[in-house]
Amino acid sequence: MSMLEIKDLEVYYGVIQAIKGISFTVNEGEVIALIGANGAGKTTTLQTITGMLSPKKGSILFEGTDITKVPGHKIVSMGMAHVPEGRRVFAELSVLENLKLGAYTRKDKQEVAESLERVYKSFPRLKERKNQLAGTLSGGEQQMLAMGRALMSKPRIILMDEPSMGLSPIFVEEIFNIIQEISASGTTVLLVEQNAKKALSIADRAYVLETGKIVLSGDAKELMNNESIKKAYLGE
Amino acid sequence: MRFITYLINGISLGSIYAIIALGYTMVYGIAKMLNFAHGDVIMIGCYVVFTCMSGMGLNPFVSVTLAVVVCTVLGMVIEKVAYKPLRKATPLAVLITAIGVSYLLQNIALLAFGADTKSFTSVVPIPNISLGEVNVTGVTVVAVAACIIIMIVLMLFIKKTKAGQAMLAVSEDKEAAQLMGVNVNGTISLTFAIGSGLAAIAGVLLCSAYPTLTPYTGSMPGIKAFTAAVFGGIGSIPGAFIGGILLGIIEILAKAYISSQLADAIVFAVLILVLLVKPTGILGKPIHEKV
Repeated sequence: MSMLEIKDLEVYYGVIQAIKGISFTVNEGEVIALIGANGAGKTTTLQTITGMLSPKKGSILFEGTDITKVPGHKIVSMGMAHVPEGRRVFAELSVLENLKLGAYTRKDKQEVAESLERVYKSFPRLKERKNQLAGTLSGGEQQMLAMGRALMSKPRIILMDEPSMGLSPIFVEEIFNIIQEISASGTTVLLVEQNAKKALSIADRAYVLETGKIVLSGDAKELMNNESIKKAYLGE
Repeated sequence: MRFITYLINGISLGSIYAIIALGYTMVYGIAKMLNFAHGDVIMIGCYVVFTCMSGMGLNPFVSVTLAVVVCTVLGMVIEKVAYKPLRKATPLAVLITAIGVSYLLQNIALLAFGADTKSFTSVVPIPNISLGEVNVTGVTVVAVAACIIIMIVLMLFIKKTKAGQAMLAVSEDKEAAQLMGVNVNGTISLTFAIGSGLAAIAGVLLCSAYPTLTPYTGSMPGIKAFTAAVFGGIGSIPGAFIGGILLGIIEILAKAYISSQLADAIVFAVLILVLLVKPTGILGKPIHEKV
């Protein structure tokens, strides 16, 4: 059984169809990359999975449970976290307050404190700046905060939307290293990226989205050597 | 000495404005809407106390508690029925709906209680305190104390509790808050509940200080308190407090030294001046344009 199974998903914005019937699966422990150009429907797909948008047709199964109609705020406590595009940290709250909100649905204070220590260990910068307002962090630090905040919910799967967008090459490198660490610690990763080269280099499998449809899928290493992929997304 | 008396009266009235303004500012800060029916919730609270005390002979404490409960529930019902369906509508549609709810409440009160002025018995059992030539009424003492306590409790609630942090998260980014597992609708409902409960307290103090009650009693204080909230920086809790107190003082001093007819005009003129100099109000945060 797959951890996450998307079946024939169709999503509309008003009368405009953004997702035209896509199906894909994510297995436990995998890093799956969803790549494609701007407007291909990558963000829409993630937003639909975590209940920010409702699909017109299709279904979303998470660990065998149909979550298509589950209200958005109940998804995170089921074990699925979403790092949204553009980081969306709470700029007027401190780093620590942001992290605590990540654990909003968790009751056990002891366990939350342990998660906080783990996040601080993965992101020492966040510990240094724990009392600083999130809005004063640099873009890369905000991305780390958004990821740390998502990890505070102790997810079994983490959805990441364009984590490298707008970051300097050094931060991009660091963010991708952290994604690999998250994966190595046993969390399944569904990664949406425009930086296809980087995404394919760390992914197990990938799906290529084009105007709301999956046009290609397969082993990430094979896709990297695929001629049309090279031409369209890897700039070779 | 007379100036001190005026000042105390101003602070007293200002404290009541501040309590109403706290409700306005919380709802605005979190739901990003102006609940123009807020003033009329005050009036409903007053009628509940009036009915309980004059009609059923209940003691003031029970009456006020009942009024808080009724207004809290009323606030949540108004939010659910009138505003929640408009969550994705334009701000203008919400504003017009709020004005509609305001008229609805006034006319319900008109139907239920009639248009005649009821004389309200003060719920504050504390006698006046004389400090030399200066007289401080019991209502003043209670209003100022209530206002300060409410402000401090609200600030602690928002800073220290999970629900308070959820409110701040919703205030900043509803979708991101939802991704954290925050029930956005529940949080907005809670905000209305708190704001409306405060409105009941403010209403009771208002009618104890100025003991007449009609279906339109809440309307002017509602607008003044809204002004106070904008004055102090809408969305800011200490801002609502400072704005309310200042507005009360300006109003009473204007009445005493300039003209009681012009007092309201002066109050609003000061508001306009403040907004010309600092468009976000005294403690308002600079407005960030979202990209």
